[in-house]
Amino acid sequence: MAYSEKVLDHYENPRNVGGFAKEDEGVGTGMVGAPACGDVMKLQIKVGKDGVIEDAKFKTYGCGSAIASSSLVTEWVKGKTVEQALEIKNTQIAEELALPPVKIHCSILAEDAIKAAVADYKKKHVA
Amino acid sequence: MLKFPIYLDYSATTPVDPRVAQAMIPWLTEQFGNPASRSHAYGWEAEKAVEDAREQVAALVNADPKEIVWTSGATESNNLAIKGAAQFYKGKGKHIITLKTEHKAVLDTFRELERHGFEATYLDVQEDGLINMEAFRNALRPDTILVSVMFVNNEIGVIQPIAEIGEICREKGITFHVDAAQATGKVDIDLSQLKVDLMSFSAHKTYGPKGIGALYVRRKPRARLEAQMHGGGHERGLRSGTLATHQIVGMGEAFRIAREEMKIENDRVRKLRDRLLKGLQDIEATYVNGDMEHRVPHNLNISFAYVEGESLIMAIKDVAVSSGSACTSASLEPSYVLRALGRNDELAHSSIRFTIGRFTTEEEVDYTIDLLHKKIGKLRELSPLWEMVQEGVDLDSVQWAAH
Repeated sequence: MAYSEKVLDHYENPRNVGGFAKEDEGVGTGMVGAPACGDVMKLQIKVGKDGVIEDAKFKTYGCGSAIASSSLVTEWVKGKTVEQALEIKNTQIAEELALPPVKIHCSILAEDAIKAAVADYKKKHVA
Repeated sequence: MLKFPIYLDYSATTPVDPRVAQAMIPWLTEQFGNPASRSHAYGWEAEKAVEDAREQVAALVNADPKEIVWTSGATESNNLAIKGAAQFYKGKGKHIITLKTEHKAVLDTFRELERHGFEATYLDVQEDGLINMEAFRNALRPDTILVSVMFVNNEIGVIQPIAEIGEICREKGITFHVDAAQATGKVDIDLSQLKVDLMSFSAHKTYGPKGIGALYVRRKPRARLEAQMHGGGHERGLRSGTLATHQIVGMGEAFRIAREEMKIENDRVRKLRDRLLKGLQDIEATYVNGDMEHRVPHNLNISFAYVEGESLIMAIKDVAVSSGSACTSASLEPSYVLRALGRNDELAHSSIRFTIGRFTTEEEVDYTIDLLHKKIGKLRELSPLWEMVQEGVDLDSVQWAAH
C-alpha cells in the first residue's frame, strides 16, 4: 500500500512518543482500540490550571496510519483547551494525512483517543 | 552489493530462472505454431515441445506423462480437481473434507460446492499446523466422496502427512486431491508411491512463468472428473483451450531444473533459513509459527509479539516479505491460517513470513537480521502493549474498548 508523505513523515519521526504518570492530577489518559483489531492507542494529555493542554504524549500499536494519526493529534491538541480538543474530528485527521478509505478507522480511533483522554481528565476533576 | 528491496517472498512467487526464460523465447517468435495443428511442421514441433515438457513435469513427481493435464495455474487445477471430482461422484455422496488452513483457491471452491448442495467439513489443525489424523478419521462418512489437503502450507510451510491420508482415502474409495503448488522442488514427491488421485501444480512457485500450471490425474486406478472448460477438446477433453507452448516449455524447463538441483538447493536454502532463525530468535517475545521439523527448508514464519505486522512491514521496507499471505495482506484481517493454529490475535497480527530462495545470499540474510533487531526495538518503544507487558500487566485481563 502506498502511504502519503505525511504518514511516512510521522511514521519515520513520530512526535511526542512516551507518557506521563497516570496518577498526576493534570494528566488525562485515553486508551482505545484492541489488540484483536490490530491497533491500540494510548494518548495522554497534561492540562494546566487554566484548562489548556500543555503537553501530550502517545504510544500506538498499529499500522503506519494509526501511528501517524496519533502522532498528529499530539501536535494538534497542544495549546488547545480540553473543550477545543474535543472539536478535532476524524475527518480533519484523515484529510491532513490523506488516508485511504481502508485507513479511515485509524483517524476515528485517534479522535476516540482524544475523547477518552479528556473524559479521564474530567473524571479526576468532577469534585 | 545488496539490491533493495531484498526479496524474501519466494512463496508469493519466484523470478523466472534465466535458463527457463531462454528456453521459452523461441516458442514465442520463430516456433509459434499451434500444438493442435496436425497438418504442418509448425504444429508438429510445437506439439513435440509440449510433450517433452509434459515428460519433464511428470518426471519431477514420478508420474506418467499421460497423467499430466495443462492448466493456467494451481488455482485452476484446484477448481478443476475439486469441482470436477465432486460433480462426477455426486451420485455416490455429497460430503467433502478439507482443512481450515488450505489456500483460498481450495476453500472458496468448497464454499461454491456448498452452494450447490454439497456438505463440507473444514477440519481444524493442531497447534503445529499439521492435520489431526484422529479428527480426520472421525470426520469421514459413508457418503464422503472427496478429500483435499495441501502438501505444503503456503504461510507456515508445514508438510502434511500426504502418504498417511492417501492410504485411508484409497482404502475407503474416496478421491484424494492434493494442492502441491508450494511443494514442487521443495519436497520429494513420488506419485508411484503416494495414493493421491489428483494433484495441483504451479510453475511460478518453482522458477517458472506465471499463468501456467498442471493437474495430475491418476490413470491407475483412474480418477474421474467432469471438465470445467469446454471447447476444442484439448487435454483429452479435460481442459479445452489452445495450449500456451512457450509457457508450457517454461514450466517443463523449470521442473527439470528443480528435479536436478533440488537436493543441493534445499541444503543451501535450509542453511540460510536456519541462519535467519538463529539471528532472530534472540529478539524477546518471538514465536515461530508451525512445526519446524515437518517443514519445507525455505520457510520461516515468526510472530513478533506487541508489534503490529503492517507497521513492521513498513519499517522493514528494505525487505520484501509478507504478513500473512499475499492474498490476505491487503485486508485488515489477521491471518486465518495462524488463527487456525490457535494463535491469539496480536500474535497473528504480528507475523512475518520470510521465504528464501534460489537467489538469496548470506549477506542478504545478515542484513535482514540486523534490520529486524533495530526496527522491532523501535516499534516496541512505540507500543503501549509492550509497555504494559514490561509493567507486568496481563494483556488478556484487560477490558479492551473494541471498535
